[in-house]
Amino acid sequence: MAALIRCEDLWKIYRLGDVEVQALRGLNLSIASGEFVAIMGSSGSGKSTLMNILGCLDQPTRGRYWLNDVDAAGLRADQLADIRNRQIGFVFQNFNLIPRTSALENAQLPLFYRGVSLREQRVLATEALCRVGLQGREGHYPTQLSGGQQQRVAIARALVTAPSLLLADEPTGNLDTESSREIMAILDQLNKEQGITIILVTHETDIAAYAEREIVMKDGRILTDRHTKSTVSLSGPEA
Amino acid sequence: MPAFVLLTVLTAIRILSRNRLRAGLTMLGIVIGVGAVIAMVSIGEGAKAAVAKRVASMGTNVIMVLPGSMTTSGVRGGQGGAVTLTISDGMELKKRIPMLSEVGWGKRDTMQIINGNKNWSGLVNGISPSYLTIRDWSFSSGGAFTQQDVDTADRVALVGQTVVENLFDVGEEPVGAIIRIKNVPFRVIGVLSPKGQSSQGSDQDDIIFIPFSTAERKVFGTQFLGSVGALFASTERLEDLTPAAAQIRDVIRARHRLQPDQEDDFTIRTQVDIGKVQESTSETLTVMLFAIASVSLLVGGIGIMNILLVSVTERTREIGVRMAVGAKRRHIVMQFLIEAVTLSVVGGCLGILVGILGARVTTAIAGWPTIISAETVMAAFVFSIAVGLFFGLYPANKASRLNPIDALRYE
Ligand SMILES: Nc1ncnc2c1ncn2[C@@H]1O[C@H](COP(=O)(O)OP(=O)(O)OP(=O)(O)O)[C@@H](O)[C@H]1O
Ligand SMILES: [Mg+2]
Repeated sequence: MAALIRCEDLWKIYRLGDVEVQALRGLNLSIASGEFVAIMGSSGSGKSTLMNILGCLDQPTRGRYWLNDVDAAGLRADQLADIRNRQIGFVFQNFNLIPRTSALENAQLPLFYRGVSLREQRVLATEALCRVGLQGREGHYPTQLSGGQQQRVAIARALVTAPSLLLADEPTGNLDTESSREIMAILDQLNKEQGITIILVTHETDIAAYAEREIVMKDGRILTDRHTKSTVSLSGPEA
Repeated sequence: MPAFVLLTVLTAIRILSRNRLRAGLTMLGIVIGVGAVIAMVSIGEGAKAAVAKRVASMGTNVIMVLPGSMTTSGVRGGQGGAVTLTISDGMELKKRIPMLSEVGWGKRDTMQIINGNKNWSGLVNGISPSYLTIRDWSFSSGGAFTQQDVDTADRVALVGQTVVENLFDVGEEPVGAIIRIKNVPFRVIGVLSPKGQSSQGSDQDDIIFIPFSTAERKVFGTQFLGSVGALFASTERLEDLTPAAAQIRDVIRARHRLQPDQEDDFTIRTQVDIGKVQESTSETLTVMLFAIASVSLLVGGIGIMNILLVSVTERTREIGVRMAVGAKRRHIVMQFLIEAVTLSVVGGCLGILVGILGARVTTAIAGWPTIISAETVMAAFVFSIAVGLFFGLYPANKASRLNPIDALRYE
């Protein structure tokens, strides 16, 4: 089975004056379509750096990254924008909703850039908000929503384009246990019922427990990579 | 794309109305700039139209020949020379230049005029009947005198509106009345239609026309019979004006026996020349207006650019989010350009209102004629769009060049 994500010898080096920070150091990774992966590891191990590259928000310093067999390194900014718009949904730790803009409009945003008609934007965004349990909250501004609700708006925004890949960098990092559980239930359902590939970064083992595969990073490399549930047994990433 | 533009415009309006004071202050430069331009252009156009009307009031295709040479500064020298223009010069022109449809002459002086117990010091002009045709004078009552009246030096007079107002009571009929010019009785046979100000700004209606012969023999007491104050001629066609003027010059130079190295002892003016002088003054005005407009729009535009740069910085994370969900460079460029254009267009529209108001106030207070043309308003509108586009381009481009991850991480 073709891998959805394939990374080969991925390097990310930040230069701050004379100091060189190697955030990723020759990382190899392969993730198949439909997987639910949790990435763990100590702070500064390069998890966010990896996620940003996987999400086409950033480019590696060296190495190759194929998404759906397309080499992301060879793409121009607009083509990357297109990929982010059509194939990837991103959920951030700090929600990153557009301030003073309603939940509905936030959820519409990716469709807005896709050039979908206004009516269709409305319909799809309302539906997406419904799926995360926010019906009736369409007109609320981010400041009028709780953290958990804001994160659900962000998930609705990520979902609205029906992406094949959902990247979530510490999505529950700013939430209490109850809200965290709600968010994880939504992600779990998306993975199980819609087959969306989910990659999740977290520090909490009970959050990571929702995933089927757990990758632990250390110093810009993968330390361990194991399947935690035997439900879907795909060929191993480094197989 | 239309949905995108529409929503972006709505977003821009929302963002701008969120910070009304800031948006208002930003627009102020454009408002003042466009307002000033509209007001000034309408004053300029009003003045131009008034001047054009005055030039037209001279008559149709008129050539004037005045005695005395013209100094380089454009001031006509005194009529002191022995050589003057004469009726025979005029008759010669008529005979020798077929292009001239009419040739006339006149001679004028300020005189005391009396009607009953009223008196008025006005300009009395002794003229040939053709003068009235050349200068396009028409009558509000009565009619012109004829060649017959001139031949017999009849004491008949045509009076202008200003003279009527000052010599006659309201409701009194001037035609048929007897007025005294320098104690000589004249019968009024016609009242002239008003013409308003001349191109030099004098009141053309403060005038009494009497036959040239009568003026010479009974009123002015000229020593040199046949000398005229000015010759007038007109052509059928406008194109003939300049060649006719050249021919007039040749004929008069020959009659005055001027050697090739001698300067003209007379001055020829065509209606076209006079119009041109007036135009050049209004051109100076236009250049000044343009300078004022450019400076104020520049200042307004820089204001917009400044506020947009602030906005781009403030909203860096928002830009990052938009890019993360798939906004392309052109979307970000459009967003900020539309914001800039919204600012400049709203400012421009307010400026247009302010300008129209300014023009109205000018007309009401100073009494200057003002004209607000659709072209001016359109031009101001288009220009404000252009200002927004031009000064929005740099901030918009800057925003669009942000790296998505850097923008998202921006504190
Ligand atoms: N923009 C940057 N400039 C310089 N160094 C950076 C930048 N972003 C990350 N780094 C460095 O790269 C390394 C990896 O950072 P990264 O954010 O990927 O860690 P992380 O695993 O997500 O940590 P956390 O669990 O705290 O979120 C760190 O040492 C960090 O200091
Ligand atoms: Mg991180």
